[in-house]
Amino acid sequence: MSENGDQPLLEVRHLKQYFPVKAGVVFDRTVAHVHAVDDVSFDLDEGQTLGLVGESGCGKTTLSRSLLRLIEPTDGSVAFQGNDVSHLSARRLRPLRREMQMVFQDPFASLNPRKRIAQIVGAPLRLHGTPRDEIADRVRGLLERVGLQKEHLNRFPHEFSGGQRQRIGIARALALEPKLILLDEPVSALDVSVQAQIINLLDDLQDDLGLTYMFVAHDLSVVRHVSDRIAVMYLGKLMEVSPAEELYTKAIHPYTEALLGAVPVPDPRENRARKRVAVTGEPPNPIDPPSGCVFHPRCPHATDVCREVEPPLVRYANGHLAACHHPQQVSSQEVRVAERSDQSPLSAGEELPQAS
Amino acid sequence: MRDLHVSFRTEEGVIQAVDGVSFSLQRGEVLAVVGESGSGKSVTVGTLMGLTRSPNAKFEGEAWLRTAQDGDGREGLELINASDQQLRRVRGEEIAMIFQDPMTSLNPVQRVGDQIIEQIQAHRDLGDAEARTRAIEMLDRVGIPRAAERARSYPHEFSGGMRQRAMIAMAFSCEPDVLIADEPTTALDVTIQAQILRQIIEMREESNAGVILVTHDLGVVAEVADRIAVMYGGQIVEHGTIDELFYDPQHPYTWGLLGSIARVDRDRPDRLPAISGLPPSLANPPEGCRFRPRCPHAFDACRQLPDLEHRGGRSSDHVDRCFLSDEQKRTVREVDGHVGLMGAGATS
Repeated sequence: MSENGDQPLLEVRHLKQYFPVKAGVVFDRTVAHVHAVDDVSFDLDEGQTLGLVGESGCGKTTLSRSLLRLIEPTDGSVAFQGNDVSHLSARRLRPLRREMQMVFQDPFASLNPRKRIAQIVGAPLRLHGTPRDEIADRVRGLLERVGLQKEHLNRFPHEFSGGQRQRIGIARALALEPKLILLDEPVSALDVSVQAQIINLLDDLQDDLGLTYMFVAHDLSVVRHVSDRIAVMYLGKLMEVSPAEELYTKAIHPYTEALLGAVPVPDPRENRARKRVAVTGEPPNPIDPPSGCVFHPRCPHATDVCREVEPPLVRYANGHLAACHHPQQVSSQEVRVAERSDQSPLSAGEELPQAS
Repeated sequence: MRDLHVSFRTEEGVIQAVDGVSFSLQRGEVLAVVGESGSGKSVTVGTLMGLTRSPNAKFEGEAWLRTAQDGDGREGLELINASDQQLRRVRGEEIAMIFQDPMTSLNPVQRVGDQIIEQIQAHRDLGDAEARTRAIEMLDRVGIPRAAERARSYPHEFSGGMRQRAMIAMAFSCEPDVLIADEPTTALDVTIQAQILRQIIEMREESNAGVILVTHDLGVVAEVADRIAVMYGGQIVEHGTIDELFYDPQHPYTWGLLGSIARVDRDRPDRLPAISGLPPSLANPPEGCRFRPRCPHAFDACRQLPDLEHRGGRSSDHVDRCFLSDEQKRTVREVDGHVGLMGAGATS
């Protein structure tokens, strides 16, 4: 259930995505699994933006792909407007695909270099049976919507800069009037001055068309400007889910603190003054994730319980969730009233954090 | 480096990639070269190493490694017109370079340790055992655990951060005078990026090398640089110390850059201030000031190309290419509160 009691647009429960690791000379045997997404649950309300943040290899891209069923999830359910899409047949899935679109990170790789812009943006319309004579008009309208001109219609992708290509990718995603757009690092490949243009465009589109976004990013600076809620992911699991602004003033999970501390601030004096939590080491191998809390080998606060028991997602005030045995920046009063969230992974222990 | 011009002949005409760039670098200093893609920053530093030499490239200007006044007994060398042989001696020995993507700059079929040994033996008269000891010592110093063992690994067995550490070990193995780091942390995760930056700075302090850091990330710059050169359209548009650039920026492009960064430590503004338009084409640069077509403050004088000279700002080493008067700049910055870090505790 979402906070305001309405049905969320997207409801994800215990989603798992494992990839087999094969070995063998004649016959491939599955020797292990990569735990790319390991029991993730969250809700996304209509018209909202969820920022999904994590380092490379944490499973954020895999998660967005299994939501769209570009890959088949191993286990768990994804409900879109209350309909479970994780078990639909390909044919039944098709009409729902219109509602969920994706914008990719690399605008150089995601546009066919041999097709003209009009064909690229018109392709989804053609595939979903829009009458031919309407397509040209619609495409022109879409390009205008994203800030391109009609003289661009007959050009090829290589004639555009990175920012313009990303606009084309956005126009294509908008073609079928979707409700939900998954943005997979949409500005990471762009120059800073162009990033701001694209973020502002996405913001305008959301206001005008009532879109719902899931915005995937690898650091916390860009998502701050677009998100209503932010989820922090590490090694296939959600560490913390928080109202966007609160995450920056009151990070509960030590990993979030570390991520915030690692981002260099473009301000020399503040940089010198800032106390930073340094994380040592690198993310462990997702084939053999650590026991208990997956962050414990790198965590400065880790104790025995972290090595043994996987922490459940605990709900604090304002719907702020965190999976940590030693929550930071919360008072003992807040810890006492906190309760286990039903979005906790099934394998998580019963222990709630102790008030000190 | 004095008045460097680099142009490339291509099918679309002559591309003026670098157009009159001058700077100097002291020992132990970190100079950041900042700009967007296509601003000419990578070509500028690549030219120092002779990496941009090709039949259709044309170079003018000069770049001296050590000037005569340096007085440490070694002769200066002019790099732009140096022979390939001279350059080969300099590379690795006196100027070392770290690239953005360590996977493409390490040899995938040679053990990491062997690559460092090869580098050491190319420049130092050391036996195999001594060179190996030195290579392992270097790997250990850049924070690679179990260095002796990891020296026998191949690059693909290393993570991105470890590869970049190995590159740093290799770069510092011959104690260079100058280290050029071209976007060294762009391909890495933030937590690893912080570790690698600290490593570069530590190694610089130990070896007293001058570092040229090429990047588009002003956060990284704020963390490590002493001076900044902002490049736009093949030219330096503003150059000064880190505090001057961040707290008293003079050029509208610098204002735009500082304003349009999404920041982790600031409340979310309603709209992110964006610089409109696109970077200029280097084949056909705009007449006069390169930034004029995108500049909201452009006026008639901007049809002439402004020189890079001291105009506003307090120290005479703070130079920029903008015709706006000191007065006008102050007014503009006060009106647009978002420009630079004016609201963030600057004193001016």
